[in-house]
Amino acid sequence: MEITAVYYLIPALIMFCCGVYGFITRKNMIAMLISLELMLNAVDINFVVFNRFLYPEQMEGMFFTLFAIAIAAAETALAIAIIINIFRAAKNIDVRTLNEMKF
Amino acid sequence: MESVGSIILYFIVALSMIVFSVMAVTTRKILRAATYLLFTLFAAAVVYFMLDYEFLGAVQIAVYAGGIVVLFVFAILLTSRPGDNTERLTSRSRVMGAIAALATLLAAGYALLSRTMVFLAKPAMEAPTMDNIGTAMLGTGEGQYLLPFEAVSVLLLACIIGGVVVARKR
Repeated sequence: MEITAVYYLIPALIMFCCGVYGFITRKNMIAMLISLELMLNAVDINFVVFNRFLYPEQMEGMFFTLFAIAIAAAETALAIAIIINIFRAAKNIDVRTLNEMKF
Repeated sequence: MESVGSIILYFIVALSMIVFSVMAVTTRKILRAATYLLFTLFAAAVVYFMLDYEFLGAVQIAVYAGGIVVLFVFAILLTSRPGDNTERLTSRSRVMGAIAALATLLAAGYALLSRTMVFLAKPAMEAPTMDNIGTAMLGTGEGQYLLPFEAVSVLLLACIIGGVVVARKR
């Protein structure tokens, strides 16, 4: 059996779809952020797989993934700061009850 | 032809990636969702190791598993009591989510499976050495990444300042 690129892309695709499902159904902000991380990670895997199987002599996909990981870390840190701030002001982080911007 | 060991490793990784990502979005305890996310990220790191990108796998474990998941756990413990269940999903939002996810799966899966012929077996490659990675990251020539590297450092600085400003007590 030969493991080609499709064998890596299909788990990544399922992971992305789980992220989509979670992002739509979850109501807790942190759970939504976790779904977002799943989607980002699936895209990272795609970058690496395309780089490895189609252009093995270059490193573009690897660097895109490296920068995507750095940006995901920054985004998560900032989003969690905002979530904690909202929690301090509104005492919950349920997106259905947060419909006023100013408390 | 792959060795038997790498095929077995592949199946373990692919299966755990699928199972843990499904569980991360369906479990009702939020702390467990973060734990399943951690396992999924580890599986992704193993994929990077299997594809000969050792540096990337190490970064994945250090930044995602070491940094982001710890942040998640801290935020979860600050904002909810452990052991709390999230509310049951209404069937409407579940149907909407399932439709969106299945539509994505069908569209992307069809596009992927109709072009399986494009992909050949894994070509031989030298794993990129630290020398190559460092030169490519800190060079200014073609295919080198000094400018994005500096931009990311400014972004991280802005993120630190923004995080402190947003989260501090007034």
